[in-house]
Order: sequence, then structure tokens, then C-alpha cells
Amino acid sequence: MAENRHKALGLSDEQVLDMFRTMLLARRIDERMWLLNRAGKIPFVISCQGQEAAQVGASYALDREKDYALPYYRDMGVVLSFGMTAKDLMLSGFAKAEDPNSGGRQMPGHFGQKENRIVTGSSPVTTQVPHAVGIALAGKMEKKDFVSFVTFGEGSSNQGDFHEGANFAGVHKLPVIFMVENNKYAISVPVSKQLACEKVSDRAIGYGMPGYTVDGNDPLAVYEAVKSAADRGRNGEGPTLIETVSYRLTPHSSDDDDRTYREREEVDEAKKKDSIVTFANYLREAGILTDEKEKEMNDEINKIVNEATDYAENAAYAEAESALNYVYEE
Amino acid sequence: MAVISYIQAVTQALKEEMQRDEKVFVLGEDVGKRGGVFRATDGLYDEFGEERVLDTPLAESAIAGVGIGAAMYGMRPVAEMQFADFIMPAVNQIISEAAKIRYRSNNDWNAPITIRAPYGGGVHGALYHSQSVEAIFANQPGLKIVMPSTPYDVKGLLKASIRDNDPVLFFEHKRAYRLIKGEVPEEDYTLPIGKADVKREGADITVITYGLCVHFALQAAEKLTEEGIDAHILDLRTVYPLDKEGIIEAASKTGKVLLVTEDNKEGGIISEVSAIISENCLFDLDAPVQRLAGPDVPSMPYAPTMEKHFMMNPDKVEKAMRDLAEF
Repeated sequence: MAENRHKALGLSDEQVLDMFRTMLLARRIDERMWLLNRAGKIPFVISCQGQEAAQVGASYALDREKDYALPYYRDMGVVLSFGMTAKDLMLSGFAKAEDPNSGGRQMPGHFGQKENRIVTGSSPVTTQVPHAVGIALAGKMEKKDFVSFVTFGEGSSNQGDFHEGANFAGVHKLPVIFMVENNKYAISVPVSKQLACEKVSDRAIGYGMPGYTVDGNDPLAVYEAVKSAADRGRNGEGPTLIETVSYRLTPHSSDDDDRTYREREEVDEAKKKDSIVTFANYLREAGILTDEKEKEMNDEINKIVNEATDYAENAAYAEAESALNYVYEE
Repeated sequence: MAVISYIQAVTQALKEEMQRDEKVFVLGEDVGKRGGVFRATDGLYDEFGEERVLDTPLAESAIAGVGIGAAMYGMRPVAEMQFADFIMPAVNQIISEAAKIRYRSNNDWNAPITIRAPYGGGVHGALYHSQSVEAIFANQPGLKIVMPSTPYDVKGLLKASIRDNDPVLFFEHKRAYRLIKGEVPEEDYTLPIGKADVKREGADITVITYGLCVHFALQAAEKLTEEGIDAHILDLRTVYPLDKEGIIEAASKTGKVLLVTEDNKEGGIISEVSAIISENCLFDLDAPVQRLAGPDVPSMPYAPTMEKHFMMNPDKVEKAMRDLAEF
């Protein structure tokens, strides 16, 4: 029997199984969206595939009843963990009126849902970083003990808003967790052409905060790092930068062709480390994921995704004239 | 009623709003201990402490972006850009974020932030301490842009901006700060954003303008009464979205319209005002709509000769008003 790592982190068998289930749900929704896109039913997909472990591992280390999440466009695993449903995500994919993110106004991947403290985002990358800092500042002023969790890609760690936001949070010792999901590519540009330093986490020292690089395919490693960052934040010790290293298993989006800039061998190699496979193996070896349980889980997720797809496909679009609503308070 | 300066009206509005609502706070460069480079936040640090009068790192996008985040949480931040010219690094936060947060979230989120910035020339500020930047933001639905001319309007409109549930850019003319004084009531009041104000009733020509130029027009109008020219002066106060009704009414009243700004001529606020008039007032007009503005050069030069040539003044406005009256 393999070493039981999750017990040492204080995670029960049920909790790690639930983490895996959320990772798998994110993967299956994402895969379904690609099918729907290729079938001409939805115009656009941008994937979480390859980053589910980092997204779910981090989210489960937070207090999902009070912490704030400022996800970027790949964070399906984060938003599912924070309470968004498969149906919500499919409604967004189909751009239907009931989509809680935007009522069909934004492309998929532009998450936002106030009741779950998922803060609305845009397409210009990294603008959410100063927002996360502002929310943490507000929490500090109001003497609340939540932390603000913000994610972005390694390419985005070059944007001014990352540096300005990180510095602000460092100076004011704010409870922000900056998590870089390093998937090795910013569309076509590899990390070697994005960073002159070795790791994104090397940037933390400039802003007076600790920086850690962890295996983004290992949800338990990410959980551990984010848990400790959340504790630091809640204790008034300030922000933390965490870099999770994994790989983007799909093209950038449904409009990209990654064969033009990376070798198939490289992608195949990365697939061997896919957390959906490796974490399942861990859970099997730990005796938690039995064949019976796995079948049950797959059947359940399949049903959820089918129902969400049918519901969203048949749901109504927003009225055309409603495009004029909500420019200002009404 | 007490007579106070334009900048004192800013300070009073901030102070009274911070006393009224503990969610109101100020952030920006040098706004704390120093009380602002123009002293707009003078005394607030001592009264409210460093947590609510926050000296930020020198980074404008963070000042706007952190403010927007706090606003989305439910605070009422008032962010200061030290000079309007330095707002450029924050444009992405203002246009891509603040302006679109309510719309893109289908009314789920909103960002009730006020961003204050001193603008305008005539203070030997050269290219980067003299600009009028309103036109950059004036085709961005979701934003409101307020540019008051008097202490009374400053106080009432700044309070209204802070209480508004949408983002407001509040541009203060830096030369007006100490030059312009006026009566302001002791009691709490607000003024409606989006409403222009008639600053002078008249029958012969209409001048539509905003900010410091309102005073240039008022001075010119007084002189022109000696020549029998009676000018009607409309102060836009909010330059986006524009008060179309107020503009149409003022233009139709005299049929001769002069539009004045110290911003560059092409593509500015007054060009939009002109379009509103041409769409709505054709049969009421007795002369072509005239625009008086700064020249289309990048910004105001430093040397006094060139600065004076660029800058609007009462003489330039008076001449344009007379020419129009004689048309």
C-alpha cells in the first residue's frame, strides 16, 4: 500500500474523493464543450484540461464559505469548487439568458457569481489581480478574516497589474494568495520566452512575500501550499505567491491549432502526468477509489453533464433588446 | 452661506462623506500624511487615520484597480490620480473593468468607485501637467464624467459621485482650485449627475461649456452686455453622458451657439454637443454652430508664449461670442 499523503494533511478519504470528483467533473464538462464546439453548437471553448489538480487542490484549501475567488479563464475547477454548477457552465457555453456569469453577454470562461464570491472577470489578462488586492484591503478594513484568492497564467505574470498588485499587497500585508497556473504556454509562446528568471515564484521576493513552486499535477501538494498561504493571510502575515507547474493539454482555445508550435511527442509526454490519471492511481493505491466507486462516479458525472447540456441547449437566449440593460444602475 | 474655494469644496465633500459613511475611504499618491500635492485631502489623515486615507505605492493602475476591487466588495473608495495626465496607466482598469463590471455581469456586480483627478492648464504645467483627458473616456458607456466649475457644484457633485452606485470620473480644474471661490451652504446637499446648469440667462447667443471655461464665458458675457449682447450660458457639469435635453433647450433658445473647451478641438466633448444640436435643432439655428477650443497639438507647451497661445482665456471667448452675435 502506498504512502497515505492526504491523512498527513488532515484530509479525510471522503474529502480527497470529493476533490477527485470535482476534477473529473471539470474535465468531463470541458470535453463535452469541445464536442459541442466541433459539432457547431457552441462558438467557443477555452480549456481547463491539465490544470484541474491545481485548481481543485487550491480551492479545497480555502474556506469556500467566505473566501473570495478571482479566477482566470481556465479555472473551471475553481468555480465548480466554489459552488458553480455544470448547468451554470453549460448555460454560459451556450450563451443563454440564465447563465449566472453574465446572462450570455460574455464568452465562456469569463466567470462571475456574486452569491459564491466568484468575482466577475474580463478578457484583458491580469486585471483581476489588483481587484483581489482591493477585496483583501476591504476585508482588512472591515476586520474580516477571509482571504482573497487570485489566479492567472505565467504569461500574465509579466503584466504591470501583477507587479503593481503584488507590490501593493506586500506593502500593506494583505491576505492575498497569488496563484500562477504555469501551463508552460501563453498561446504559442513557451515559458522560456516569457520569463528571464527560472521560476515565476522567484518574483515574490521583490514584493516582500514568500514564493513557492509546486507540482501542479499534484492536488495534495497544491492543497498544502495554499492551505499554508491561507493561514498566513488569516494570521495577518500578508500575501503569498504560489506557482503551480503543469501543462496545457489542449490548444489555447477552440480557435487555436497547437500543432503549429509544439511537437505531439511533448503533448503525449505531458499526458502521462495528467492529474486525472495520476490522482486516480493514487486513490486506487490508497484503497479509496474502488472499481465500483469509479463506475458510480463516472455514471453520475455523465448524467450531470448530459442533463446540463440538454438543459442549456433548450434554454432561452436573452431578449435582443435586453442588450441595452444594466449599463448603469436601473 | 460661507464663501470657500474650489479646492476647499473638494476637501469638505470628502470629509463630510467620510464622516457620514465609514465605507468611504481615500487612496492615492501623497494623499495621506502630505494631504495631497494640491492639499485636496488636507486634514483627512489626522481625522480618519492612515487606514482610511491611504498613501499607496506609486502605481496608477493599482490605485484604480485596488479601488475597483474594494468597490466591488462594497466599499466606497475615492481614488486620486495626482494629475489627470498620469491616469494613462490606469485606463485599462477604468475602461475594461470599472465601465463594464455591471454590464458584463448582467447586474450581478457593480463598482461604485470615484476617481478624482486635477486636469487643465494655465499653471505652467507643460505637456504632462496640463491636459484635459475627458474625451478619452467620453465614449465609454458605464462611466460617468463630472467636471464642475464652481465650489457649490464641486461639493454637491462630489458627494453625489461618492454615493453613486456606478463608477464616476471626477475631473477638477487645477487652476480653479484657488482661483475660484463661491458660496456653499452649510447643510448637506447633493446635485444630480447628468444635469447641465444654466449659469446665466440670456437671449442673443448661447455658450455651452464646462470647467474653468464657464468662468471665462461669464466674464466675457458681462463685458458684452455693454455692447448690448445678452449671452445665455450653459454649464454641462457632467460631460458624459451628456444632458441632451438641457443642450437642446439652451441651443434652441437663442439659435446661435458657441461651444467652448480648453481641450483639443477635434473629437472632444463639444464635438458631441455639436452633433446633438445638429440632429435636433436645425430649424431653430440662426448661425452655424461654432467651436472654440485648444489647437490640435499634443498638449500645452511650457514656455509662457506658447502656453498662452494654447490656453483658453476670457478674451478669446469674448471675441468668439461677439463674432457669433454679429453673424
